Amino acid sequence: MENNILLKPGHTACAGCGQAIAAKLVIEAAGANTIVVNNTGCLEVFTTAFPETAWNVPWIHSLFENAAAVASGVESALKYLGKKETTNVIAQAGDGGTADIGLQALSGMLERGHDILYVCYDNEAYMNTGVQRSGLTPFDTNTTTSPIGTKSTGNQRPKKPMPEIANAHGIPYVATASVAFIPDLQRKVKKAIATKGPKYMQIHVPCPLGWRHEPGATVTVARMAVETGLYPLFEYENGVLISKRQIAPKPVQEYLKLQGRFKHLLNNPDQLKLVQEVADNNIKKYGLKAEAQQQV
Amino acid sequence: MFGPLTVKPSKSKGDKTGAWRVHMRPKYLQKDCIACRLCVQICPENCISGKEKNTFMPDYTYCKGCGLCAFVCPKKDIEMIEEGSQK
Repeated sequence: MENNILLKPGHTACAGCGQAIAAKLVIEAAGANTIVVNNTGCLEVFTTAFPETAWNVPWIHSLFENAAAVASGVESALKYLGKKETTNVIAQAGDGGTADIGLQALSGMLERGHDILYVCYDNEAYMNTGVQRSGLTPFDTNTTTSPIGTKSTGNQRPKKPMPEIANAHGIPYVATASVAFIPDLQRKVKKAIATKGPKYMQIHVPCPLGWRHEPGATVTVARMAVETGLYPLFEYENGVLISKRQIAPKPVQEYLKLQGRFKHLLNNPDQLKLVQEVADNNIKKYGLKAEAQQQV
Repeated sequence: MFGPLTVKPSKSKGDKTGAWRVHMRPKYLQKDCIACRLCVQICPENCISGKEKNTFMPDYTYCKGCGLCAFVCPKKDIEMIEEGSQK
């Protein structure tokens, strides 16, 4: 085993964990001169079960809601010491820690203009505590707090548009990425690190346990989310949409049928139509449809 | 117990998560490898190492047998076999 890897083996993520892949890719792209600030969440729990840690870089966890606030303090301290030019600061959290619990601290960080990359690992529910719905849970998802039944088809609310909320702060860089597209993900991290000011990235990370698919299907599921238009990949620079991954849109069933959390939708044409509408709106909003043939 | 808790970096090496592997494990055939490093990049455990073609190998001390390396391998040079089989 190589000695210079920054997220070491021996962490306790489930087999096939998308978040473990994404966290590794992000820290490798950012490099060793990085300080990582973590919210509470799966990532914090599986990498740092006391008295052990998988991180090979300086890493700090405080509370659930304040990764962005702690990172702001770290960045200010580095500035005072004159070390900010050579050190990157990454604040990272899951989707609950970003969209629900940590939103106030995140908004403050973006507004004050700290030079920090905030990474949201979006596995679309509170997976660590047993699959409760969060603000980033998509429409019609079966979770333990939005269960399906005779009167319910799962989560009734649409996914919170976090990239747009971050973008509304007028920050220099906002991007979404997916673990299925590794070079794209790492390019975006490197670009964000090279940009001055607050940056927001949201990475789609499948969770085999909560989404109920095979551990080996992580990449298939993540790829299909992008190819159906349910998880658009795009970049905003200074509020302007500068790039998006164009697709030849597939029907949403291709994505839904891979996962147990959407199983109830497959025999429900009315709800399928509503989910397809979500994808169609994304495709229209970001112009995802490839003109002639599928691009890279 | 309260107050800042600190530990030495990368101390999780003591967690031998390979014991979690109960059903399948990857077998690296080392025949058609083109050293694209896709398996290294996708491994959630970060436990695959190798530099040249046909030298890539996972550390079975940590491999949880998720099968992602076998899935992404463009040359089908990694296959999943039953745990415990001598194939």
